[in-house]
Amino acid sequence: MSQTRPQSALANRGDVVLRCTGLHRYLGEGEGRVHVLRGVSFEGERGKVCAIVGPSGCGKSTLLYLMGLLDRPDDGQIELNGQTVSNHDDVARTAARGAHIGFVFQFHFLMLEFTALENVLMPMRKLAKLQPAEMEARAHALLGSVGLGAKTHRLGTQLSGGEQQRVAIARALANEPALILADEPTGNLDVKNSAMVFDLLTQLAKENNQAVVLVTHNPEIAQRCDLTRPMRDGVFV
Amino acid sequence: MSNNLRIGFRFLTAKKRAMLMSLACTILGVGLFVVTQATTSGFKVVFLRTLLGTNGAIRVEDRIQDTMRSMSAPGGSDFQILQKEGVQYIEGVEEPRRVIAAVREFTNVRGASAVLHGNVQLTSSFRSTDAQAYGVQIEDHLQVSDLAQQIAAGNLDNFRRSPSDVIVGRVIADRLQLAINDWFTVTARGESRRYRVAAVFETGVRDIDRARLYVDLSEARSLLKRPSGASFIQVSLFDPNQAPADALRMTEVLSHSVTPWQKREEVWLGVFDALQISSGITVTVFTLIASLAMFNTLAMIVIEKTKDIAILRSMGYERRDITQIFLWQAGIVLGIGSALGALFGAAVTFAVSQLPLSITGIFTTSTFQVAWDPMHYFEAVATAVVMVMVASIIPARRAARLEPGDIVRGTAQ
Ligand SMILES: Nc1ncnc2c1ncn2[C@@H]1O[C@H](COP(=O)(O)OP(=O)(O)OP(=O)(O)O)[C@@H](O)[C@H]1O
Ligand SMILES: [Mg+2]
Repeated sequence: MSQTRPQSALANRGDVVLRCTGLHRYLGEGEGRVHVLRGVSFEGERGKVCAIVGPSGCGKSTLLYLMGLLDRPDDGQIELNGQTVSNHDDVARTAARGAHIGFVFQFHFLMLEFTALENVLMPMRKLAKLQPAEMEARAHALLGSVGLGAKTHRLGTQLSGGEQQRVAIARALANEPALILADEPTGNLDVKNSAMVFDLLTQLAKENNQAVVLVTHNPEIAQRCDLTRPMRDGVFV
Repeated sequence: MSNNLRIGFRFLTAKKRAMLMSLACTILGVGLFVVTQATTSGFKVVFLRTLLGTNGAIRVEDRIQDTMRSMSAPGGSDFQILQKEGVQYIEGVEEPRRVIAAVREFTNVRGASAVLHGNVQLTSSFRSTDAQAYGVQIEDHLQVSDLAQQIAAGNLDNFRRSPSDVIVGRVIADRLQLAINDWFTVTARGESRRYRVAAVFETGVRDIDRARLYVDLSEARSLLKRPSGASFIQVSLFDPNQAPADALRMTEVLSHSVTPWQKREEVWLGVFDALQISSGITVTVFTLIASLAMFNTLAMIVIEKTKDIAILRSMGYERRDITQIFLWQAGIVLGIGSALGALFGAAVTFAVSQLPLSITGIFTTSTFQVAWDPMHYFEAVATAVVMVMVASIIPARRAARLEPGDIVRGTAQ
């Protein structure tokens, strides 16, 4: 968990992992078509935790899906590790997601028919960079670090909302992604667990030189981030 | 275990009831397909064994004569056209000894027997009936037929003791109320002779059992007033499946019309094939239901698991992986269904083969006939695989086409 990757050690602080320029996104069809993102530019830097804040419905999740390559912008560019990926085909974008991005969804967190451990193993098995035994060890360690070491074999259905959310965070970290995107990672957590999850993300950003972008409504959390970007009606203000 | 298989298995077992429907129909479809093929081809095998054992694999008859015919051109000119006018046949085999010697040169030939037959009338003290006298040299004929096994009463030694001893079909014996060693009259070409029943044969083929009696060949010559020649040569082969090829070569070499059993029994073979195909198609209905059930199951799983699909896609699983995950589910049902279906089919086939069933007419059997052929299992499984897989491709591809962005927005709102 806390071992430092060689390339991270060499990288300068301030390295830009993610660069978005002039993103536009329309949602809905016909009459209901809404201009959700109106020219958003953003940079995610290694070793920094950035918070995106703003009122409900201002487009935070929409922006995060674009950054996570889950959705395509109507206009604008997304660069990941210096490569423009917004116009890549599905296979390339999927590969980039698996190798470089860890995503924590706002609502649906886990595959419920699978245990906590299996959920964390899922991205590692796809990437297939580690041996099965190493994957298991890493998954156990990750679950331990989010305080679920004792519940690794619980099915998703047997975990509380907050526990599911913590498993989802462990899963997002599984492949040591350069970029961690988390949509309200502390939304369902009590004060103690919120602090734990936030500390974990900050620690990772510092030790592994990973970029963390999170959406939060929690002012305390936002305040403790390296950077806060307030958003309103589809643009940063 | 492949990761996609593992995920597919977990998705599938979350929808046990829907899956069991598809599984049960696969088992029924595969199993019953095997049973219908096993029984129809079982009966076909018995029928063919009977016919091969009675009439042999190949029959050499009627000599071929190529003729050239001259024809005047229309218009009264004296221009003449020489035309090769197909083939003309001269009835019977004029030189059976020579033909048999030539036939025996073929490596696949097991035996050849000259047969001279003619219409006769049989009269006992009760009544009379028409029949066909088959003049045979018994030792030759035993090589080309199962006559020895078809003897139902009396024995062949009786037949060998004198030229007056004959073997009659079961139905003839019943109709004329003849017992072993009874005498009766045979009338041919206006002349009557007395013969004794040496044995009664039964092939199970009614047309043969009611119309045939075997007479020693030299006795038949004098009875039918045919001092030389034979009506046909009956040939048995080591490998009856080679009969058409052998027959073709014999036609060329011998200049006689040569008929393999496949051609002779074409009509009956067609009947059995039609039966086999139609019963196969009928039970394929189960496989069809299995494929519809599989389609339904997968379509339901796709809808229920859209969020899981989005999660998988966000973690780097490709469209191809999603397709595989869903096709694996069909694969699991097919794997289990085929294995259990084959076992079920084998068990029912065995049970059916124990059923008593009395058939005479086109052949004789006392139990249900079955054939054990791996091809039946292969065909059953192949049918199920093709149908279920085709039905599964549609939901699998639909799952793969889902855009993760669309799914998560649907969830998030
Ligand atoms: N399919 C859609 N069609 C039309 N409008 C949509 C669609 N999906 C989302 N929107 C709109 O896009 C806007 C941004 O949505 P988004 O989920 O990004 O907001 P958010 O900032 O994450 O809000 P929250 O804090 O409540 O999660 C909202 O106003 C929403 O109504
Ligand atoms: Mg949101």
